[in-house]
Amino acid sequence: MSAPAIDVRALTRRFGSFTAVNAITFQVEPGEVFGFLGANGAGKTTAMRMLIGLLTPTSGSATVAGHEVTTEAELDRWRIGYMSQRFSLYEDLTVQENITLFGGIYGLSNKQIAERSSELLGQIGLERTRRELVRAIPLGWKQQLAFLVALLHRPAVVFLDEPTGGVDPITRRRFWELIYQAAQAGTTVLVTTHYLDEAEYCHRVSIMVDGAIAALGTPAEVKRDFGAATLDDVFFALTRPGAVR
Amino acid sequence: MSAYLGFVRKEALHLLRDRQTLAILLLLPLVQVLLFGFAVRTDVEEVRLVVVDPTPDVATRLLRERFTASGRFQVVEVAPDTRGLELRFREGSARQVLVLPPNVENGLGRGDSLTIQLISDGTDPNSSGIVQGYAAAVIQRWHRDAVGGRGGISIVPAVRMRYNPTLESAHLFVPGLMAFVLTIVSALMTAISITREKETGTMEMLLVSPIRPAAIVTGKVTPYVILGFLNVLLLLAAARIVFGVPLRGSVLLLLTECGLYIVTALALGIVISTHAPNQRTAMLAALAGLLMPTLMLSGFIFPLDSLPAPLRALSHIVPARWFLSVVRGIMVKGAGLATLWQETLVLLGMTAFFLTVGARRLAIRLE
Repeated sequence: MSAPAIDVRALTRRFGSFTAVNAITFQVEPGEVFGFLGANGAGKTTAMRMLIGLLTPTSGSATVAGHEVTTEAELDRWRIGYMSQRFSLYEDLTVQENITLFGGIYGLSNKQIAERSSELLGQIGLERTRRELVRAIPLGWKQQLAFLVALLHRPAVVFLDEPTGGVDPITRRRFWELIYQAAQAGTTVLVTTHYLDEAEYCHRVSIMVDGAIAALGTPAEVKRDFGAATLDDVFFALTRPGAVR
Repeated sequence: MSAYLGFVRKEALHLLRDRQTLAILLLLPLVQVLLFGFAVRTDVEEVRLVVVDPTPDVATRLLRERFTASGRFQVVEVAPDTRGLELRFREGSARQVLVLPPNVENGLGRGDSLTIQLISDGTDPNSSGIVQGYAAAVIQRWHRDAVGGRGGISIVPAVRMRYNPTLESAHLFVPGLMAFVLTIVSALMTAISITREKETGTMEMLLVSPIRPAAIVTGKVTPYVILGFLNVLLLLAAARIVFGVPLRGSVLLLLTECGLYIVTALALGIVISTHAPNQRTAMLAALAGLLMPTLMLSGFIFPLDSLPAPLRALSHIVPARWFLSVVRGIMVKGAGLATLWQETLVLLGMTAFFLTVGARRLAIRLE
């Protein structure tokens, strides 16, 4: 068994007296699609921000692609890809200009950028819109584009924060096909979502409640442990006010 | 390096695609020069003068002619008494009134002392002071000639305005406008463009990426440095062509000092953007914290000498104050670095300070 792609041990973050993330521990294997579930405010985004080096943990440790992420010195930003909750490409630049910009930031050569952008745009059938402003293309395509830009530098681990928010079911399905393609190519994917049907596609899921991990395992294991028919039922059992845990 | 160049290209594209903002930024200096040049004149010309002369005679006629001949006054009425003056002032048909005593000719012949009253419209204290000065000078010259060699010693002050003999206001406001425009272009635009990325979430993408914060900032400000220089050149050209404002000192020194001030303003913009969470806050902070002091406490609108002591003390921390005296020195007096090194040093110090503060705040990627 190779070293885990993500190795989180007792990771904790407090804001004043409020504990947003409370001693979470989990591992994600290379090439795995790991679903990070939880209600709004459960601490998913805070945990993710610590893993991508935007937030320092109060205590605990975490390694991503073999590098400790809790110190700036160790963090290997070239091996991390990130797609934020808000759509965050530049709307007033064209599709190609966005790709070129991020390619340049990650130190890709012009040749690499040209090759990979053709390949990636071909994958989602966006080649025709290469010269269009990102502002002008539909949201579903924008989200796919953002995902591909996050993969442009071939990171070992990619973090997706609610990538399918506000997207129609067909585009969501297509998005998950892209996620699987990336995982098959060896990229580890950590994805947060509110759609529990999507969570069924993950190899393993964790459900966060009040900053702690309340359930962890394959979707089948989690359902069995809670004696529930669907992940939906597990989620409600855990997050309903006054739930017994 | 290529990450930096890519970033500069991206910023330039943002700027070029936002046509309206770009047009405003390029037209701003031109519009300001024309506005200030034509509308906000403090020059003294064609002052409407009412002469109250109870007993018109040869001497008073000569005095009136002197006023007309000066080219700055226009005698609109000769009144027998002071009644109706209030109305004249109120409706604006008189800005300056000259009240003569009766029997001037005879009084002069006897060598009596004359009391002549000068009443000015004080709603604009700056220019009415200048008007009174001119009127007094005209009267003195007239009196000296009328009295001739007779009578005791007469002291005739010969007043000259050095560097700006005709008191052209354009000479004074162009340096101030430069500070104003550069503050808008450099500080305000930098602050807005950085906070915009915070708002749209693209800043997060950049912070997650390996690009260094220093490269983000330098890449961001490069196009604005160029735009700032473009503005300086446009402003100087407009001032020169439309108002004939002289540039007596070294052009190279002027542009170098402008470059320095652009960096000062950019550094201030960076400091603002690291504190402001969104564009609106950044804009208000830049307006209240930078533009107001640039207008009020730099000597641009109000002379520094006329400020109350606490405000005058405060003006020392306003970068525009130092920049203004440098630019005025170079443009109007033709001064060189030998006389302006102190101001330049202060600006350099401020720039270094703000850059350090801004860079410190930015370097903290991890919250």
